[in-house]
Amino acid sequence: MAKPFLSIEQLTQRYPDGQGGEFTVFENASFGIEKGEFVCILGHSGCGKSTIMNILAGLAEPTSGVVKMDGQHVSGPSLDRGVVFQNYSLLPWLTALKNVTFGVSARFPAWSKEKVIEHSTAFLAKVGLTGDAIHRKPSQLSGGMRQRVSIARAFANEPKLLLLDEPFGALDALTRGTIQDELIKVWSDTDQTVFMITHDIDEAILLADRILLMTNGPMAQVAESVEITIPRPRNRTTIVEHPNYYAIRNHLVHFLGQRSEDLSGQPGDGVSRPETVRIDLTDAQESEEPEPAAPILRAVEG
Amino acid sequence: MKALSENRKAALLSILILVVGCLIWEASIPAQKAVGELTEYELLTGGGQPKAGVPPPSQVLVKAWEQLSNPFYDAGPNDKGIGIQIGYSIYRVLTGYLLAAAVAIPLGFLIGMSSVAYKALNPFIQVLRPISPLAWMPLALFVIQDSEMSAIFVIFICSIWPMLINTAFGVAGVREDWVNVARTHELGPFKTAFTVILPAAAPTIVTGMRISIGIAWLVIVAAEMLVGGTGIGYYVWNEWNNLDLTSVIFSILMIGVVGMLLDSLFGLLQRTVAYTE
Repeated sequence: MAKPFLSIEQLTQRYPDGQGGEFTVFENASFGIEKGEFVCILGHSGCGKSTIMNILAGLAEPTSGVVKMDGQHVSGPSLDRGVVFQNYSLLPWLTALKNVTFGVSARFPAWSKEKVIEHSTAFLAKVGLTGDAIHRKPSQLSGGMRQRVSIARAFANEPKLLLLDEPFGALDALTRGTIQDELIKVWSDTDQTVFMITHDIDEAILLADRILLMTNGPMAQVAESVEITIPRPRNRTTIVEHPNYYAIRNHLVHFLGQRSEDLSGQPGDGVSRPETVRIDLTDAQESEEPEPAAPILRAVEG
Repeated sequence: MKALSENRKAALLSILILVVGCLIWEASIPAQKAVGELTEYELLTGGGQPKAGVPPPSQVLVKAWEQLSNPFYDAGPNDKGIGIQIGYSIYRVLTGYLLAAAVAIPLGFLIGMSSVAYKALNPFIQVLRPISPLAWMPLALFVIQDSEMSAIFVIFICSIWPMLINTAFGVAGVREDWVNVARTHELGPFKTAFTVILPAAAPTIVTGMRISIGIAWLVIVAAEMLVGGTGIGYYVWNEWNNLDLTSVIFSILMIGVVGMLLDSLFGLLQRTVAYTE
């Protein structure tokens, strides 16, 4: 079996607990992400999601275990791995545009100033920021606009892997919806590999190809990998009508509500690849009443 | 009638306070009697001797007009225009101050970024900081053997601390997130220092610089009284020795005005580096 684009192997994080002992946040976390995939990770607070993200970003070092991207060992931060932080992390003394060009000129040092600005403006436009707004400082922008700038900065850098740490956590529900749509739009234009932390089940189903579920900490584990068997393009208003939606949602809710606790605290046995879960009710339905359009299409093609 | 804006009201009130204050000052100073009006008794007891009193504002104004209309004359070591004296003071302040900034800001960066450097240097800073700058004067005069340079050294030593401490504080307080932004963009240590840490810490650093220039201007007057020769501090003391109180009052006012200008210069700088999160 070929190694996935990003592979996380036997990742363990321990901290001293302040009383001479050790506190294990998560143990033997192993999973892979394919190129171009959008993967969300769900779990309760304290299960170490953010720590995993920081390790992937290179901002933190795991106690043991390795992260490999494209076969290369990951250590230290790199422009190959872009990060969108929960609190936007824009530099407040720079305008929205300069915040993006800051990243772009670091990523592509050979580019001319005009090209950097053009590229940055294009990405700001993709998340719906145009005109006067791009010359404002972050303090003059709303929370939603700031997160848009942050997303534009990350995508404009065209990293091999994009890490999103609860990017919509601080936004109100309406803004969250529009920016989710914009995120999908930018993502589908760029084929970017994305790894995202979220607390929001509906958000995860809407955005992800696959959802990783973590058990509760301490000694948290990545227990399941749930495939989202809902075809793209997905739409926030119509996705709920898809027969798989509630089946998947119920599975996730059940996991987070009950099983994450039942499964937690079990010491790792060393082989803890997440169990793949595939819920697809459409197969069953289609076999019962086959679509009449299919043969006609075949005839045209033939 | 249109209501006056708040600023206009304040300006009018300021002028009113100034005028009333000057009038009270003027009125409270008894006029000297002319010699011809004295009685024989007064002449015998010396009552006609002009008593040295605080000059009224009108005299100070005349003096100010006289001095400011020709500020750069130079009629020998003890008679130079106010512009020359202030020029000397500003030159000393700026030299000492810039030297202090050149030392304090890089050192502050180091202390702010490394907790080892902070812990190692902190005891020295805490002991040296509360020393009155003038206490250094005898040592400076002995070691440097030059009064001019000693005055500059005193300015250096008094303005270094606020800048050092504020720079260290500002640099240490830069948000972890912004440093992480620099790290995920693979910026080198120098690029990080100049494009992220410096702008992030700039408001705190400039506040330290503003406090320092204020202290430097306070200290130069005292230092020049000691070292003598030139400068606004020397001028004040020299006019006191001449018993020319009009000039003393005038130069006190000039010290205030120059101090205010220096401060507002840094206020301006502070506004340009300020940001809101």
